[in-house]
Amino acid sequence: MDWDIELIGEILVSAFLVIGGLFALVGSFGLVRLRDCMQRLHAPTKATTLGIGGVLIASMIHFGMSGEQISFHELLITVFLFLTAPLTANFIAKAYLVYRVEESDLPPTTGKYGWAIYHDPPKDPADL
Amino acid sequence: MIKRLFPHPLLSLMLVLIWLLLVNKITTGNLLLGVLLSFIVPAVTEPYWPNRARLKKPLLGFEYVAVVLWDIIVANVQVALIVLFKPQDKINSQWVTVPLDLTSPEAITVLAGTITLTPGTVTAMLSADAGCLLVHCLHTDDPEAVRDEIKHRYERRLKELFQ
Amino acid sequence: MIEYALWFAFAAFGIGLVFTLWRVVRGPHSADRILALDTMVINAIGLLVVYGISIDRQVYFEAAMLIAMVGFVSTVAYCRFILRGDIIE
Repeated sequence: MDWDIELIGEILVSAFLVIGGLFALVGSFGLVRLRDCMQRLHAPTKATTLGIGGVLIASMIHFGMSGEQISFHELLITVFLFLTAPLTANFIAKAYLVYRVEESDLPPTTGKYGWAIYHDPPKDPADL
Repeated sequence: MIKRLFPHPLLSLMLVLIWLLLVNKITTGNLLLGVLLSFIVPAVTEPYWPNRARLKKPLLGFEYVAVVLWDIIVANVQVALIVLFKPQDKINSQWVTVPLDLTSPEAITVLAGTITLTPGTVTAMLSADAGCLLVHCLHTDDPEAVRDEIKHRYERRLKELFQ
Repeated sequence: MIEYALWFAFAAFGIGLVFTLWRVVRGPHSADRILALDTMVINAIGLLVVYGISIDRQVYFEAAMLIAMVGFVSTVAYCRFILRGDIIE
């Protein structure tokens, strides 16, 4: 049995494609299945990001094997998505909390000021 | 003089790297163009960032990234299992308040992003005086353990890194 | 073998798109719709990358990159609009 490099590359590409597809599917499925908006926020921000990561790694290996040179620019999309996923999740959570959740439903803060969307930041800079 | 030319040395380095990744071909010309961009962009945008983010021990950053990447993979498997197999009424979601010891805005931003990307937790909000974070937990029976793990695993490392 | 994996990935991202579309239609809150649109953008990027592998060209990389950036900016803009009633203050 000869394990040539192309076969290993092909197995790796296929494996990453399947893993990526599975995670993306689970992330989108969570969006349909879970009950309320805060729960739904969990599935896409994590699973879908890793799903894209898997597919992009597959693309990197594929073009690295077949092309004349190694291709790294897929890393840019991965890094970009990993940096922006928390930001969008945070924004969506805030947009949901402003309209649907009262401050009394949330646990209290540990300091003397309340949560940021219900209260203005302190005037006194010493408290910041 | 060097400080005038490179107000943000890390930003300049990142710009060269990103430029090379974007064109996806490492030649002398591309490298020169990247270096040129790394002069121009920080110089033009300098008024918008008066303070430089300070890293005390930059090498610890690599350890932090490795820990977070591993946690992201574990987190994804956990969340996938919860989404697929846990009955809906058994999913016990809770709010957790995480008091912060970090003070610099950059460190808090990194911590909040890390919490969102790692096991079953999403950062929802910061308190008005930036003293604690509101974290939503997809499934937990023990909110205190979640809080302690965040503080121990991520905040401790970030504190060494930034302060 | 790669062919079957490609078909699987196409199916996964495609079904994912249908799920997100269902959430966009169903709601119930606009935050849900924004979240669904954001996931839809990510699924579209995945589809583009998989298509790029299947036809063995790298030209779709730029499109995927642009969709990623525009998707992020539009999600933030939607959320800001809900939060403040205004996008640029």
